[in-house]
Amino acid sequence: MSAIPLVPASYEQEWHLPSKGRVGMYGLIIAESAIFTIFVVAYVYYIGKSLYGPTPQQVLDVPIFNTICLLSSSVTIWLSERAIERGNMRGFGLWWAVTITLGTIFLVGTGMEWYKLIYHDGLTIRTNLFGTTFYSLVGLHATHVVIGLIMLGLTLIFTLTGHVRQEHSERVQVLALYWHFVDAVWVVVFTVVYIVGR
Amino acid sequence: MLPKWLRVERIVRLAFAFALALSSHALAEGPQTNTHILSPVSTPATQIYQLSLFIIEITGAIFVVVAGLLTFVIIRFRERSGDDQSEPAQVYGSNQVELAWTVIPVLIVVVLFLTTARVIFAIQDAPMPQAALEVTSVGHQFWWEYRYPKQGLVGQDFVAVNELHVPLSSADHPTPTYIKLLSADVVHSFWVPQLMGKIDLIPNHPNDMWIDPLQPGIYLGQCAQFCGVQHANMLLRVYVDSPERFAAWAANQARPAVQDPSVAAGRHVFETQACMNCHVVRGTVATGRFGPDLTHLASRDTLASGMIPNTRDNLRAWIKNPDAFKPGCLMPAMQLTDEQIDQVTNYLETLK
Amino acid sequence: MADQTLPIHGALDLTPPRESQHTLLDILHDWVITVDHKKLGLMYMMMAIFFLLVAGAEAICIRIQLAVPNNHFISPQTFNRLFTMHGTTMVFLVGMPLVFAWANYIVPLQIGARDMAFPRLNAFSFWLTFLGGIFLYYSFIGGPGLYGTGSAPDVTWWAYAPLTAKAFSPGHATDYWALALIVTGFGTIGGGINIMATVLSMRCKGMTLMRMPLFTWLMFVNGAFVLIVITPLTAAQVMLLIDRYLGGHFFDTQAGGSATVWMHFFWIFGHPEVYVLVFPAFAIASEVIQVFSRKAIFGYPAMVAAVVGIAFVSLGVWAHHMFTIGMTSAGNAFFVLSTSLVGIPTGIKIFNWLATMWGGKIRFATPMLFCTAFLFQFLCAGLTGIMLSVAPWDWQLHSSYFVIAHFHYVLVGAIVFNVFAGIYYWFPKATGRMMSETLGKWHFWLFFIGFHVTFDTMHFVGFEGMPRWIYTYPADRGWQHLNLVVSIGGVIQAIAVLLFAYNLIWSLFKGKIAGNDPWDAWTLEWATSSPPPIYNFATDPVVRSRRPLWDLKHPEDPDWKYD
Repeated sequence: MSAIPLVPASYEQEWHLPSKGRVGMYGLIIAESAIFTIFVVAYVYYIGKSLYGPTPQQVLDVPIFNTICLLSSSVTIWLSERAIERGNMRGFGLWWAVTITLGTIFLVGTGMEWYKLIYHDGLTIRTNLFGTTFYSLVGLHATHVVIGLIMLGLTLIFTLTGHVRQEHSERVQVLALYWHFVDAVWVVVFTVVYIVGR
Repeated sequence: MLPKWLRVERIVRLAFAFALALSSHALAEGPQTNTHILSPVSTPATQIYQLSLFIIEITGAIFVVVAGLLTFVIIRFRERSGDDQSEPAQVYGSNQVELAWTVIPVLIVVVLFLTTARVIFAIQDAPMPQAALEVTSVGHQFWWEYRYPKQGLVGQDFVAVNELHVPLSSADHPTPTYIKLLSADVVHSFWVPQLMGKIDLIPNHPNDMWIDPLQPGIYLGQCAQFCGVQHANMLLRVYVDSPERFAAWAANQARPAVQDPSVAAGRHVFETQACMNCHVVRGTVATGRFGPDLTHLASRDTLASGMIPNTRDNLRAWIKNPDAFKPGCLMPAMQLTDEQIDQVTNYLETLK
Repeated sequence: MADQTLPIHGALDLTPPRESQHTLLDILHDWVITVDHKKLGLMYMMMAIFFLLVAGAEAICIRIQLAVPNNHFISPQTFNRLFTMHGTTMVFLVGMPLVFAWANYIVPLQIGARDMAFPRLNAFSFWLTFLGGIFLYYSFIGGPGLYGTGSAPDVTWWAYAPLTAKAFSPGHATDYWALALIVTGFGTIGGGINIMATVLSMRCKGMTLMRMPLFTWLMFVNGAFVLIVITPLTAAQVMLLIDRYLGGHFFDTQAGGSATVWMHFFWIFGHPEVYVLVFPAFAIASEVIQVFSRKAIFGYPAMVAAVVGIAFVSLGVWAHHMFTIGMTSAGNAFFVLSTSLVGIPTGIKIFNWLATMWGGKIRFATPMLFCTAFLFQFLCAGLTGIMLSVAPWDWQLHSSYFVIAHFHYVLVGAIVFNVFAGIYYWFPKATGRMMSETLGKWHFWLFFIGFHVTFDTMHFVGFEGMPRWIYTYPADRGWQHLNLVVSIGGVIQAIAVLLFAYNLIWSLFKGKIAGNDPWDAWTLEWATSSPPPIYNFATDPVVRSRRPLWDLKHPEDPDWKYD
């Protein structure tokens, strides 16, 4: 068979493909959502099935301040994304740092809540079904916050050393997508644990 | 209507009969002792069997059509020697044809679903008649406990082990048995194919099933959900007796253990060694709940959950070292002396 | 590697390659550090074949033990470990690596890309999967010096709670099992993300979604599908480890936990998993049947819709594995309906493959032989699947040898047959040499006969009421004759597989030189050299139809005219 040019000369069509970073992150989010779904289902199924106390009504306080912090961090990271897109590196770094701060406050808040539950209320992961499902679900979310904070922190270091520039805006957005996801999951966890389950 | 010998059901039955004949010297011993799902003797099993014949007819028809097409295609459209090497005409699809082979399966699915749903509801939601016997079956690693509460033919409640006795039922006077299924440890499954399909015994999740055996005999089955090392030897035996024989059996089971002074030595060993920690002998100080109830051990045909015949030699060997028969079973060898084993065997043999 | 023989002009970079050293260590180093999708694909494939041989050997031990009643060939403990390991290995260390072997090697070539979207993630995923395999088998060896490692898991591959609780499964074998599955699960998630991103973001110019080869379509659906299929298992395994190590109560029935919750979680993964495993088989069949029938696939849009449909419906059928756990009658009826719905898109696929063959000129080379057998066996597997979907009958058939026969018809009769077809089909592309047709035909017929002797017979063993998972059975049940037949068939299959392994090695060194396009095929992977260069295509190809090479070979009647 002789060589034939594969490209017909007349073929000039627009060719757009989605960014692989975004697609990859959406893939990860789909997978993570499935994991969270299973933990949420387990939590909901076991609501009120503990054979002994303490119960959520007795020991859980609604972490309103924490929730406000975490949810507003979604706004600040969005401001940060917008800043880098416009090349405003100072604004980017500022909002990025605020995001990290808010995330850290959330994490510290969770830590304090757990401290109270463990040492004051005597609720551990082996106490009863509530303890098992509560620490697993909230802990799984907190793990994601920790991973997110590490990634955000690394980006901040790179920003401060001047390695992050405007052309990295898409990568930053991909990372921000993860952070938005972590926030969105908190809405579900919050609803299930502190509203439905209490 | 097709001629009778051509009816699918008949052909299917013949095929099964042939396959079973290959293996069934068990059948020759009488209809009771097989475990085949195709020889039902109880209403739910028969309903399942009839449904299965219908399904086989449908799937058989699909098979004949599609496998026939495949064979035709293989023969008709193979490349022949001396071909001109040209490519065949390219056909990319046809909406009409594809619609047809979407719609036909949809219709088949509808028929299958409606037929199946009817049988599900008929078996699962059958109302329990007044004359029904209620038994609770508890699965243990690796044996069966049957609790008979006081009712109708059962004068007083008692616990039987490994061999389930139920009364014969009949079409005009149904006396089905309703079995409540519980588990003491892991998931087991109760499966006596001739009487009914299997239902699992799950801890914290009570189930039930019912059977109404229409022929007397001994029906075999076994645990059908892997439950540990000796899952294979967690065998089931269901004795279907006439109501009179059943009542007599129940009356005997309800009695406390026989007290025979001639085997006092064996009883002493039993009650002073660890035996009594796990086993109950009603009417004595032995009240352990972990192992099978031995109050009427000698009235049973088999040992070790249907594994070996209940003979003196087997009983003795079993007490000496259960692992020899059932490696990994939970009863330990108690390291008794030969004399003690003889005495305990003598004692247990009196527990009719 | 003359460029002139290639259909795509300029597909190869003709500058002579840099001289490189070729000691064994260099080669090994090359493979270990590689991020090339083709090498990783081959590594996945080698891993799968290796574990196929291991798990096959386990199956043979099982069959020897069951050949006669009251056998003492192996102890009950060993037997329980063997079938647990056989199932776990075949699903997670053979089936899943095969998915990624095909996706890795073929997909970038078919869409005209130079690599996967995330090459390093790709390597990471492979090594995670491999590490999972090591974890699982480490439980076997260990020895007395390491506490708890001297035994393999023995809880069946369903691992129903509470048998997996510390109280019933002491030691660490079950932990290794859970850990292995979590680790391979992460590898799978990475692989799935990669396939998804590759297909969406790396297609060459003109390769719209509806112009992708069906193979790529199936792999794309699979890549997205595994993300929601494997993750429930990962989550459940994490819960199991929380129970075992931290004293949690997820599946602790003594503390109010539920055994059925594990069943649901497991089968929400477990049933769609079957489709994850079988989609590559569909993918291979879709290519091989086209090329060897010399016809374009019949009803391409319907085929795509069918596979998406199967994926969706299969997410709502899991509890048909649980008809015996005592669900309500309405629940049982629902899952009967949803399960039988799967039959519709599956039927569409079978009919479309048949229609593709209809009117063709079918060349029965070894790949096509395997694919034809696949069609027949997949038909049978579908029909026995309908039988099992009928809940009342399932009460009888569930956990009997009928079920074993049914799912081996899918896993061996459909998947393994098509994997063999795929290997015979793409071996020339990957190595530059043809596999021996003579050995191939021997392999096919021996395997075909062995398969049917084993698994056809097994259906009847199930009708006789023999349950699965039993290490022995009494003689009075009358199961021995058919069991012996089943075991003999197993040995025939083993011989066939060894013949195949021999063929692989022989052909690698002595096989006929293949050329770039030995099958006269139509997708882009045949447009580059065999084996393809590391960059796949020096110039990015541009396509106008589903069969770019058909367009080139038949300029008088190109596909794009009908597009």
